Amino acid sequence: MSDPLVRVRGLKIGATIHPPGEPSQDVEIVKGVDFDLARGKVLGLIGESGAGKSTIGLSAMAYGRGGVRITGGEVFVNGRDILRLREGGLRKLRGAEVTYVSQSAAASFNPARRILAQVTEAAVLHGKFSRREAEARAVDLFRKLGLPDPENIGQRYPHQVSGGQLQRCMTALALCPQPDLVIFDEPTTALDVTTQIDVLKAIKDVIALTGVAAIYITHDLAVVAQIADDIMVLRHGKTVEYGSTDQIINTPREDYTKALVSVREIDHQEQPPAPPPVLSVQGVSAQYRGMDRDVLSGINVDLSPGQTLAIVGESGSGKSTLARVITGLLPPYKGRVTFDGHDLTPDQRSRPREDLRQLQMIYQMADVAMNPRQTVETIIGRPLEFYFGLKGAERRKRVVALLDQIEMGAKFLDRYPAELSGGQKQRVCIARALAADPKVIICDEVTSALDPLVADGILKLLLNLQKEAEVAYLFITHDLATVRAIADSIAVMHRGKVVRYGPKSDVLSPPFDDYTDLLLSSVPEMRLGWLEDVIAHRRMEAGGE
Amino acid sequence: MRRIPLSALIGLFITALFFLTAIFAPLIAPYGVAEVVGGVWDPPSAEHLLGTDNIGRDLLSRMIYGGRTTIFVATAATAISFITGAFLGLSAAVIGGWFDQLLSRFVDVVMAIPTLIFALVVLSVMPVTMPVLIVVMGLLDSTRVYRLSRSVAVDIEVMDYVEAARLRGEGRFWIMFREILPNALSPLVAEMGLRFIFAVLFVSTLSFLGLGVQPPDADWGGIVKENKDGIVYGIGAALWPAIAIAALAISVNLVADWVLNRTTSLKGGRG
Repeated sequence: MSDPLVRVRGLKIGATIHPPGEPSQDVEIVKGVDFDLARGKVLGLIGESGAGKSTIGLSAMAYGRGGVRITGGEVFVNGRDILRLREGGLRKLRGAEVTYVSQSAAASFNPARRILAQVTEAAVLHGKFSRREAEARAVDLFRKLGLPDPENIGQRYPHQVSGGQLQRCMTALALCPQPDLVIFDEPTTALDVTTQIDVLKAIKDVIALTGVAAIYITHDLAVVAQIADDIMVLRHGKTVEYGSTDQIINTPREDYTKALVSVREIDHQEQPPAPPPVLSVQGVSAQYRGMDRDVLSGINVDLSPGQTLAIVGESGSGKSTLARVITGLLPPYKGRVTFDGHDLTPDQRSRPREDLRQLQMIYQMADVAMNPRQTVETIIGRPLEFYFGLKGAERRKRVVALLDQIEMGAKFLDRYPAELSGGQKQRVCIARALAADPKVIICDEVTSALDPLVADGILKLLLNLQKEAEVAYLFITHDLATVRAIADSIAVMHRGKVVRYGPKSDVLSPPFDDYTDLLLSSVPEMRLGWLEDVIAHRRMEAGGE
Repeated sequence: MRRIPLSALIGLFITALFFLTAIFAPLIAPYGVAEVVGGVWDPPSAEHLLGTDNIGRDLLSRMIYGGRTTIFVATAATAISFITGAFLGLSAAVIGGWFDQLLSRFVDVVMAIPTLIFALVVLSVMPVTMPVLIVVMGLLDSTRVYRLSRSVAVDIEVMDYVEAARLRGEGRFWIMFREILPNALSPLVAEMGLRFIFAVLFVSTLSFLGLGVQPPDADWGGIVKENKDGIVYGIGAALWPAIAIAALAISVNLVADWVLNRTTSLKGGRG
């Protein structure tokens, strides 16, 4: 093989951090990473947040984001060391030879300009194509990416296309200047599973058609396995394992990689429904004020004591709204919610304190679910004081006991949320919910913002606590792997309706309704060729109709 | 402890100097505030470091006592404006709905009237005593504090931890003072520095116009008023209060800037 397109040797990246109350200090984010990327190949960078994968990806365009500096090593692109380039040389490189696709297309497009103008901008600016040529290229790319109405979609504004379509437009934007390398930074992470599969397929096809090389950054090994030729597993700024996709997935060598591959293997015995339910939603329909559309219509679900009911659906399916109805933040206009045999007052403000205590909630973003100016002791201790009147030493004792339950310990008492890691924050939120000694905890996407291994720890903790405290979970999530792991019953929601509901084994076994089938088959599997199989299967079914 | 920048240190030092002088005025001032001790507009001398004023009182003593009055009135007015403004602003954000609408529109109406003219009208019909002056200034200024604290609180009010407190069944006071206020404090404290200076300028303006602190009590605006005719004859007595006001304004602003910078760079703090 001749010279690779990208050749990275001994890459070191550092940053200066300013911890509150302490002097600034230099930290090394990436500690010496090597890799090669040949033309037309795809390298997957995978790791949890903070592993340095985005930082390494961006170094291929000699860019450090947010005060990050490349402190050592060499990055060759097309045979020259781009770290030695001056500003002018970098400008010629960026947006022409190397382009970038970010996680949030919605935040990256200028909402006030038409898509086509933005897609062709870099190509025209770098003088690679005339405007006319660039527009023709863009339309061709739109077609290759499977966008509807490729001739005219460029005339729309970013808000006039869906999230999945916008992400594909951004891929077109990156490919329009005919670059040698595209950096994809979590391009499908913000999308629903059913959308993700289309975007993933589009990206894979267009890479094959254009012969561009790509660096694909993600935290989801199953996703990258579909698209990459080689995979590099990163942790704490170091390479854990680097090899072909086949080798990483099928014969991982390092323990960390093995853990990533086998993630979500949680052992949970499904419980049959045990009436009477502790929480029962009966014929609930709800609307947001000022909108003449049902966000929820005719919802009926039951939650048995000490069990887990998973509410599954894509964004906009109404699953979080259901939580708002149950907690009383959004009174329904029809139907009722009963708790332990009695009706819950629709409006939370007029509920008795005992009902509030019995029904606790854990949020998706633990960061904003805790007051940043309160210590862990106050956060967990407040419900104890509020519901049980515990004070002083007694309260502290109970808080320490709860901290032990969430496997953290007394040394965290005086910490502020900013001093905790993502997983620890979520644990504290769990402890706060437990402090009220509730019968039901509503978990709203509690693991979606966490790295897979951390999320696994949280799920295991929740299951253990369920056994100890006999608490029932209403588990809202879009992640079917989580559902498989912990649910007893499942309700699949789509456009404000429950389309499938029952014990887990029933819901997850055929025959499926169309939507559940689509949803289930869209969950990436940790094997090579899964994407092709699913697409082929869908084509066959569509052809057979 | 994090390093305090030089500008903030200078600001802190001068501000402290002003406040200490104000507090210990009777011990520091060489003469009484209304004591006539020399001729009209005597030039500076060993006995009268800044000379004498338009009726022969020691100017330095007048300045020290005047500073005391000015700073006291401004501090008290700022305190009133922050207590009322922040309380109402937080209430409006937490209660919302018609309460918020009513209060906000009322504040808009009050703010639509130029503050100085409003104050002049009110003070011309009320007896001009120190408490009335302070309350009028404080309440007029509280409209600004209300707007700031409401807008800050509205942003915080939608955070999940406030919703969590609501779901727990917490009362409004807990939500206002335990959940929202600690997170709104930094912009409010920075604003307090600025509003204090505005209060100093405001009370000086009122006194200059004759509706503020009444003679024979001294205050900086009043001293300018009494000695302004001297400028025509080349007597600089009226300039001393101006210098004092400028020095205080700049030094307090240096401190306020530092507080503002510190809180915006704080991770997780409000931008």
